[in-house]
Amino acid sequence: MTLRESLGRAAAPVIVRPDAPTRGLATPRGPLRREGPAKLTGTALYTDDLVFPGAWYGATIRSTEAHARLLGIELDPAFDWSKVVVVTAADIPGPNVVNSIQDDQPILVADEIRHHAEPVALVAAPDRGLLGEAVARVRIRTEALPAVLDPLLSEHAFAHYEIESGDIAAGFAEASLVVNGEYRVGHQEQLYIENNAMIAVPRDDGGVAVHGSLQCPYYVHKALRRSLLLTDAQAQVIQAETGGGFGGKEEYPSILALHAALLARACERPVRMIYDRHEDIAATTKRHPAIVRYRSGVSADGRLVAQDIEIVMDGGAYCTLSPVVLSRGTLHSGGPYACPNVRIHSRAMATNTPPNGAFRGFGAPQTEFAAEMQVNRIAEALGESPLELRRRWLYRPGDATPTGQVLRESVAAEDVLNRGAEAAEFERVRARTALDRAGRQAGGRARSAHGIGLALGWHGAGFTGSGEVHLASLASVELGADGRIRVLIGSTEMGQGTKTIFPQMAAEALGVGIDDVELAPVDTALVPDSGPTVASRTAMVVGGLVIEACQRLRAVVESRSGDRSVGTGGSFADVYRDDARVHGATRIDQHFEPYPGVDFDDTTYRGDAYPAFGWASAVAEVDVDLDTGEVAVRSVVAADDVGRVIHPVLAEGQVEGGTLQAVGYATIEEIKLIDGRYLNDRMATYLIPTALDAPRIETILVEAPFSGAPHGAKGIGELPMDVGAPAVVAAIHDATGVWIHDLPASPERIIAALMAADAQRPHA
Amino acid sequence: MTVQFQVNRETVELDVPGARRLLDVLREDLGLTGTKEGCGEGECGACTVLLDGQVVDSCLVPICQVDGHAVTTVEGLGLDRGLGRPSPERRAVVDDLDPLQLAFLEAGGAQCGICTPGMLLAGRAFLASGAAPTDEAIREAIAGNLCRCTGYTKIIEAIALGASRQATTEAGRA
Amino acid sequence: MIEPPVVSPDRLADAYALLAESSHRPIAGGTDVLVQMTAGSGPPPERLLDLWRLDELRGIDLDHDALSFGALTTYTAIRRSSVCRDLLPALVEAAATIGAAQIQNRGTLGGNIANASPAGDMLPVLLATDASIVVGSVRGERTIPAAEFWTGYRATALASDELVVRIRIPLVADRQVRFRKVGTRRAHAISKVVLALSWVSPSLEGPWQAVRLGLGSVAERPIRASATEAVLEGQPPISDTADRAFVSLAAEIKPIDDVRSTADYRRAVAARVLHRLIRDAGGW
Repeated sequence: MTLRESLGRAAAPVIVRPDAPTRGLATPRGPLRREGPAKLTGTALYTDDLVFPGAWYGATIRSTEAHARLLGIELDPAFDWSKVVVVTAADIPGPNVVNSIQDDQPILVADEIRHHAEPVALVAAPDRGLLGEAVARVRIRTEALPAVLDPLLSEHAFAHYEIESGDIAAGFAEASLVVNGEYRVGHQEQLYIENNAMIAVPRDDGGVAVHGSLQCPYYVHKALRRSLLLTDAQAQVIQAETGGGFGGKEEYPSILALHAALLARACERPVRMIYDRHEDIAATTKRHPAIVRYRSGVSADGRLVAQDIEIVMDGGAYCTLSPVVLSRGTLHSGGPYACPNVRIHSRAMATNTPPNGAFRGFGAPQTEFAAEMQVNRIAEALGESPLELRRRWLYRPGDATPTGQVLRESVAAEDVLNRGAEAAEFERVRARTALDRAGRQAGGRARSAHGIGLALGWHGAGFTGSGEVHLASLASVELGADGRIRVLIGSTEMGQGTKTIFPQMAAEALGVGIDDVELAPVDTALVPDSGPTVASRTAMVVGGLVIEACQRLRAVVESRSGDRSVGTGGSFADVYRDDARVHGATRIDQHFEPYPGVDFDDTTYRGDAYPAFGWASAVAEVDVDLDTGEVAVRSVVAADDVGRVIHPVLAEGQVEGGTLQAVGYATIEEIKLIDGRYLNDRMATYLIPTALDAPRIETILVEAPFSGAPHGAKGIGELPMDVGAPAVVAAIHDATGVWIHDLPASPERIIAALMAADAQRPHA
Repeated sequence: MTVQFQVNRETVELDVPGARRLLDVLREDLGLTGTKEGCGEGECGACTVLLDGQVVDSCLVPICQVDGHAVTTVEGLGLDRGLGRPSPERRAVVDDLDPLQLAFLEAGGAQCGICTPGMLLAGRAFLASGAAPTDEAIREAIAGNLCRCTGYTKIIEAIALGASRQATTEAGRA
Repeated sequence: MIEPPVVSPDRLADAYALLAESSHRPIAGGTDVLVQMTAGSGPPPERLLDLWRLDELRGIDLDHDALSFGALTTYTAIRRSSVCRDLLPALVEAAATIGAAQIQNRGTLGGNIANASPAGDMLPVLLATDASIVVGSVRGERTIPAAEFWTGYRATALASDELVVRIRIPLVADRQVRFRKVGTRRAHAISKVVLALSWVSPSLEGPWQAVRLGLGSVAERPIRASATEAVLEGQPPISDTADRAFVSLAAEIKPIDDVRSTADYRRAVAARVLHRLIRDAGGW
């Protein structure tokens, strides 16, 4: 291994020199991003930047049908196969399953192809030219089977849930207004700018080390151990710099690591599996499409008295994380509103389409879109301000959710709503757009229309139900014999700021400077399983563990600082170097302990679904081109309650990025399918917003601390994703008078709705 | 074919197929992996470099068209300040950054970092153009560079900050 | 990616000779050719003919009654050209909608023409302005009117040994040209509908003469909507004219559903945009 490779992997922490001059913005707004200089100089090493001499290149042979029986894999006899390696299902030493919730997804198809672009065989070759030739000479022979492409026609459910509270019939009996809606939301691609990538390197002990772009090292570790029959030590997972994840590198890297590792075993060399964009979009997971049918009842005095909700999600061909995505979607589907009578039925169905999986929001954006559409349509029906209606209905401390969870603390729905609405001057702008609308109706077809829309949302912090208890995460802090402080966690940096906030939190707990705290590289040989870096749980759950570990380390060191051998006694900062010299290394392992008073029954779905919720509002302003239906989202004011702000710049960055993903989801991001194949499988056809399409985003960070975490922090990453789309669609309605029930609210849908509305008008 | 061109002010001469993408020459033949590939079809701008001072997608430029020209990559950004060439052997620190890179660091313009090299070069070309750093002008200057993390807000702030510092420096010189 | 052999001649005559000898895929700025090669769409070219060094094919010239563009004129060069901005702003507008700076710095007018995409954003402008396309080979030069250049899906009137060398756009007194592209986003979008309309009229309210309506992304090739042109010919830009043109265009074009949009949307929006342009011209 060359010097460059070893250094690239060692990922020594970037030291921001303590004596560097203070530079403008940074100081009051949080420490500088720790790996920032490496990223800004192009020296941060992402997977495709890693060099392994002698490495081969790997490729995947994929199905071209949605459903078929695999009859055979044929290798062209005219090709010299001794120069390459080919791996099929028969070459897998252990179980041919990708470790996940169910054991239904094969690593490579053995007999039944269940979706387009499913991996059937693997090829590796010493160079790309030969690899291309070999791939072109593999033929898969199949017999087509009938495909189920519509989740409503599917007979196979991966999961289903039923939640009932109160008496739904009595609720509707009391209602004087009933509003029905059906909402459909489509696939969304994470579209991290770095594609999925993995390099497997055989280890001397017969195991394998994989270096890759990933969110959850221990998911990959478990998958490798299980299917390659490896010991803990033989399976090693090392995170390279990761160019975005958003959920898209939560479960998918397991199958890619297995593919790379199988090829590396076969050719006994490092193998690089670097997806190009086309393969990444065609084959990796998307946000679940969903159909939500919603019936809401409102009493004569304007109370929300009944919600009857049916959710159908399209899981795709394999289970992946669908049960938990559906669970979160189900639990959030009522929106942040108190309602005494609620019935929610949900199911995730199997179809012969590529499997869907994790994406920022994890089921909640789909159902909260429906919930907010209902509230806006009810406000319209009542002739009431959507802001006032929400103020009446939103959760306040003491209210109970449909699972019977009483919201005792950290309830900021009202706060985020008011602060967002005030900053955006919601009522003033809405009064103006209403006047404009009336003027347009009198004056014929206008060129464009301006509108404002509002949404309110909630997002359970951390894993659902007893998930955190089952995860039993571990985080460690070590004071080395050399006097260096190291935080050891399996949580990954993928842009959100893990590498910066952990040293920050540890330094604060220890009373030392941030530059005195190092963060160990994410390598399963070094760091413990802190649980996956998902569910907006890292700052709250793992952050809490690190703070508690630091508090314990500090207590241990300070308690022995009275020893004569160490010196005069004093604070941790004064004595830890001496302590290390005298006592050697001290390591504190902190295990997750259930949050007190939080109790959930996974079988009945009663109880505290989440230890706490984060709250978010969004106010969007749009201009709609009335000739073309094109939507320009001009501004979004996002108010997000994160419990406690650890780092303002990074926190705002999360809100701004999530908001733009939600704007894309609302307006332009769309995947069409033909025979179970994605048509939008390139960046030229799957479009995300450019800088010219992005709104001005104003972020308001609200702090309603969660007492269960030592620092009070809740999650942040997913919150903005839940509210952006309904706010934009409400703004489109405010501008045009038409409701778009399906996402994206594309120009095609808007023009169709405008034309239908024109046709209904008497003087069209 | 033999091509000769400048990369970050150094002259290189290579014997490579003329149709090879500039991106591949930089990353594989020259080991300059700061330039990233996001899509391979000129949509994302992650592979943006400067060719004779103008932004190009290096995935769309065949090396035969670079013969005799000058390329600047992210690795060359500090050269104007007399900074050394960064390398993975020595992890970069704040003092390695030129004013625009520093503005990105302070404003939070880099998150996952994969679009950052291309974004910096688009920002550099914009600052060099002398255009007024309005919000709209900066957005247009980076419209060919997709970012999925930031919502662009802090990237725009960073480029505006870089422009104001450049203006201050120039005013100081004048 | 396959890396086919490439030759980079310095003189146009050498390029012609190479093309006469054997088939080459010409490559100008590479913004289409490299995308196609990387994506593996279609058979890889056997060999490439790199035109980038042919400075004879650069430059924007005003020769009294026409603007002349070398085939290698980039979109950036068009955007920066003051003569273009003054005399043919619609062409500048069209150039500004293509990709973003990276693409505009390399992509060329000649490339847009020869690539012959039905969505080529410059092409409706060329149709609406009666542009002529000068092509050359060892056999000499010939001029093809834009209206006859695109013959089918990605097919052109170019012979296999010919190159696009120049584009000539006549300048006509009292001519107005309007351009509108409808895409999915504000940069880097392939058009769903792209439209250029031109007419000659000495006054704002007066009847329109020499009406030309060029459209992209609504057929297998860039087209002129001649039936709708006929509806507009000789008419003033009043409400009744706009309504009749609207109905005519919606009936005349036969767009399709594809990955970017739908036939219904394209038909409706082409007609609505045309209506708007007439209304704007009439000032009502």
